[in-house]
Amino acid sequence: MSEADRTTGLDDVSSDAKSMTKRSFLGVLLGFGTVVVGAALSVPLIRFALHPLLTTTTRTDWSDIGKMDEFASLKAPIKKLITVEQRDGWRKIISEKAIYVLPMKDNVLRVLSPICPHLGCSLPWNESKQQFICPCHSAIFTLDGQRVSGPAPRAMDDLESKIDNGMLKVRYQYFRQLIPTKEVLA
Amino acid sequence: MADPQKPDGKPAHPYGKRWQRMYHWFDRRTGLGSLMHEALDEPIPGGARWAYVFGSVLLFLFISQAVTGIFLSLYYAPTADHAHTTVAYIVKEVTGGSFLRSLHAYGSSAVVIVLLLHLTQTFLYGAYKGRREVLWISGCALFGLMLAMAFTGYLLPWDQKAYFATTVGTNMASEVPLIGSMLKRLMRGGNEMGTLTLSRFFVAHVFLLPAAILGLIAAHVYLFRKAGAAGPPSEDPVKPRLPTQRFYPRQVLMDTAVALLMICALGALSHWLPTDLGPKANPADTQYVPRPEWFYLPIFQWLKYFKGSLAVVGIVIVPTLTAILIIALPFIDRRLERRPWKRPIAVGIYLAILGTLIVFGLLSKRDDRLDPAIAKQVAKQQEETGQFMREPFEPEAAASSLSAPTATVLDPLAVAGKKIYDGESCDACHGENGVGTSAAPKLVGATAQKSADEISKLLRHPTAKMLEGEMKAVDVSDEDLKALVAYIKSLK
Repeated sequence: MSEADRTTGLDDVSSDAKSMTKRSFLGVLLGFGTVVVGAALSVPLIRFALHPLLTTTTRTDWSDIGKMDEFASLKAPIKKLITVEQRDGWRKIISEKAIYVLPMKDNVLRVLSPICPHLGCSLPWNESKQQFICPCHSAIFTLDGQRVSGPAPRAMDDLESKIDNGMLKVRYQYFRQLIPTKEVLA
Repeated sequence: MADPQKPDGKPAHPYGKRWQRMYHWFDRRTGLGSLMHEALDEPIPGGARWAYVFGSVLLFLFISQAVTGIFLSLYYAPTADHAHTTVAYIVKEVTGGSFLRSLHAYGSSAVVIVLLLHLTQTFLYGAYKGRREVLWISGCALFGLMLAMAFTGYLLPWDQKAYFATTVGTNMASEVPLIGSMLKRLMRGGNEMGTLTLSRFFVAHVFLLPAAILGLIAAHVYLFRKAGAAGPPSEDPVKPRLPTQRFYPRQVLMDTAVALLMICALGALSHWLPTDLGPKANPADTQYVPRPEWFYLPIFQWLKYFKGSLAVVGIVIVPTLTAILIIALPFIDRRLERRPWKRPIAVGIYLAILGTLIVFGLLSKRDDRLDPAIAKQVAKQQEETGQFMREPFEPEAAASSLSAPTATVLDPLAVAGKKIYDGESCDACHGENGVGTSAAPKLVGATAQKSADEISKLLRHPTAKMLEGEMKAVDVSDEDLKALVAYIKSLK
């Protein structure tokens, strides 16, 4: 700023009309600049705060069950334990879950959730009766997981599975209980 | 200050009648007009200057630090177990996290730089003279609190450099005569650095110091307004004679322009050169060469010259005397002469202190470069930091995770028993690893008092109460039952 400029800028010597226009113009310029920079800065702040909503937090990854050849000649459902990793922000919760691999039928392997769709007890495979029998309220399912009798509102739940490089993998999920249709719990 | 268009000092309204009526309605109820007048129409003798921008820029930087700090705390956990993981999560995973953390970290350096500029301007302009002693002291207190903010904030990421720099920093406190050892333990929350140290530094950094700084900023601004702007060095500090210009708009525009420039520079720096995070603090590391943040380097270097019993001189006596000298400046230098070229002694001492600090800082860098052992270790530390930054984020296994409880099952019979436990769906009611659920009590600890025979009997023939709770008799072979009992007894 030049010396002359500064002198004319002083309140006591400036002409009123000129000062007014200048004030308003500078004010508008100031406001505009502040709003632009403020808006630009608030974008990363808002994105930072919304991070959990912007990313898929309920990401369930594929868990290994075992090598395919292990299941090729199954005669009865086999219970396998898988490790499931759930993310909770900066934590991970590793838990062990049980699943059933059914004997191959028409060249397709099915993987069932062992959780009874009635009230969520774990269903054991009864070798002698060749059925899944719930220890809690005696819901009974066939070797395919179809409902035979008891209080269960639907068949046992299928889990999404795939074969990757000779390895059988499953995507572990929970399903809503007590309803006749299969519905994923978020 | 006379302005014929606005005799009441209220801003005019070139926006039409409706807006004017709304404004008056609001003004009568809030006093907004006189508030704005108070804030914006401060007279500046001699008019606005770029030299006066630093105070406002500091206030702006403080607000920026507060906002970024509050946002960072959304994902931060102040415990020794989690702090590093959470900061790594912010840097590597959270959207815009690295940018925001860099803005906060670079912001702290910017605060120190602008503080020095503000101090230098005030000193060179002799703006502490003429009934401004309390104003000056409040500024000195703010300087100290800001340095304390930098010191406490440095530990929070809990990486190697944070840990070891703070170890050294808190050790220095023990050199204070009489209360030194107590002071150190007070800062650390014990004899050693640990999770309590982190809690204390966190509380100081986000609650105590910001509250004190806010209060002192209010006092500082009030005292500044009370004394009035000092104007250029040629101005009389008590009875200003020069024609005045109002704070708004010219000075406000200058202040805002510099503040905007500053935030843009910090933003660019944070975007293209984000600050890094080192590996998690490892107290067992004996090789680590700790180095403080750049603005503490001069003190760091200075302390090298005071060994053994002389340490108290370097750490306590000289810094205290310097601080007293600076705080007492307006009482020592009582002349009203403000022009720096007429105050050679004062300006000479100030420049000598500033120059010494810069030289010490440079010497510290030079020492590290010339010592091959240190240069090698520092390079190694940088490499480790780079390595850590390249690794993907590794989430922390929660305490309830699988790995912990299964590790305790070592007995092979118990391992076989666990298979039966899971296979018979005991876990459906008694929970994974016997932790219990709403359907049935936990087995952990409950079975330690009973003998294996008792447990076997209960499993084969549940009591009436157990049957009522839908517990069924276990139908497995005797061998499997033995394994199951071994597993249940192993649950701790």
